[in-house]
Amino acid sequence: MRYGGNTPCVEVRTDEGTLLILDAGTGIKRLGADLEPDGPVHVLLTHLHLDHVEGLRFFAPLWRPGAEVHIWGPPSPLHTLEERIARAFSPPLFPLELADTAAHVTFHDVPHETWEIGGVRIDAHSVSHPGPTLGYRLSANGSSFAYIPDHEPVLGVEMAALEPEWISGHGLAARVDVLFHDCQFSEAEYTSRVGWGHSSVAHAVEFARRSEVGQLVLFHHDPDRSDDGVDGLVERAQELWDDASAEPPVAACEGMTLELT
Amino acid sequence: MGEGVGGQAQETVLGLRRVEGRPQKHLALILARELASQLATAAFIADATGGLVFFNEPAEEILGRTFAEAGPMPAEGWASQFSLADLDGSPLPMERMPASVALMERRPAHGQLWMTGLDGQRRLVSITAAPLFSSPTEFVGMIALFWQEPEQDDA
Repeated sequence: MRYGGNTPCVEVRTDEGTLLILDAGTGIKRLGADLEPDGPVHVLLTHLHLDHVEGLRFFAPLWRPGAEVHIWGPPSPLHTLEERIARAFSPPLFPLELADTAAHVTFHDVPHETWEIGGVRIDAHSVSHPGPTLGYRLSANGSSFAYIPDHEPVLGVEMAALEPEWISGHGLAARVDVLFHDCQFSEAEYTSRVGWGHSSVAHAVEFARRSEVGQLVLFHHDPDRSDDGVDGLVERAQELWDDASAEPPVAACEGMTLELT
Repeated sequence: MGEGVGGQAQETVLGLRRVEGRPQKHLALILARELASQLATAAFIADATGGLVFFNEPAEEILGRTFAEAGPMPAEGWASQFSLADLDGSPLPMERMPASVALMERRPAHGQLWMTGLDGQRRLVSITAAPLFSSPTEFVGMIALFWQEPEQDDA
C-alpha cells in the first residue's frame, strides 16, 4: 500500500514546537497515539463531513486528563461547533458523550480575520464545497502552506475566464510554498460529478497554477482508487503542469513529511 | 465575530476580503456569479459596498453593453449610468430602485420601471432584487433578476 486509506488529517509543526492538526479524519487516531502531551493541541477542521471528523472520537489526547485541546471549525448561525460535534459523540453513534472526555476541550468558531496560534498566522476562508467548508492558509517563519482538501473551485464556468479574486480559495492559496488540494476525480470522472464539491486533476492543476504555488500536493484521493490509479492522476497532473519554476505535482501519502524552509 | 448562534450580534458588512494583501470575493458572491452565468434570466450582482460586480449575458441585452466592456462599477457610478423612470415617466430616484432597496434597506423589493440602457435604448423592465446574507448578520451583497416587459400601447 503506497498511498494509504485513512481520511484527512495533517500534522503541522513549527520549529518552535507549535502543533496544529488539520482535520480529524481517521488518520488522527494514529497521530494521537504517537503524541506526547506537552502543550495545547489545536485541531482545525475544514468542515464537519464525517470523513473529516470521524477520527476525533478516537483521538487519544481527548481522553487524557489534564490535556488541553482546542477545536476550531466553521461557524453556523444555528448551532455552536460544540453542539454539532456532539452529535457524533452520542448514542447511538458512539457510546460516550462529549462531556465524558477527560481533556479540557474548548471549541472555537474560526474568526474572519487572520489570527495566530503559537506564532503561526492563520487565515480561514469559506471555499466552494457543499455545506459550510473552510480552507486554511498557515504562515510562519517566512513559509506558507494552504490546505484546501475538499474543493470544487469553479462550477459551470471556465477558471481561465475568471479574475483571481473570483476563484474560490484563491486568496488562501496565492503564492504559498505548498498547497494540499482536492484531487478526487479524473477529468472523465468529473463530467458526471459536477457539483459534488470535489476537483478533477485538471481543476487542481489549474487552480494551483493560477495561484502560483510552489508545490501542489494532490489530496483527498477517491477511496475507490487504487495506488496505480493515484499514480495515473499524478502522471496526468505532471503532464498538465507547465511551470518549470515550481516543483511538479505529487500525491499525498500516509506518513509523508514535507519540510518548509 | 465567530459567535454565529442567533443573538444580537451586530451586522457585519463583508466587502472584499484580503488574505495577506490578496483580494478575495466572498464565496456567496462567487457562487451567485456562477449561478447567474447559467441563467437565461437577466441578473446582476452587487457586493456589500453596493458596487456592481457582475451581470450576465441576458442582462447585457437589456443593459445595452457587455460586462466585458462595462466592467465592474462602484456604487456611486452604476445607477447613474442607466436612466431610470417610473411608469409615469418621472425620473426614479436611485433609492427607490428595487436593487437599491435591497442594498440599503436589506430587504427584497420588486418593481417595474423604464430603463434607458448604455446603448440609449429605453426599455420597460421588471426587477426583483434580494439582499444576500452569508449568515443572519453578515451582509455580502445583492442579486437582482430582471425581465424586459412588452410595452403596452395606450388604449
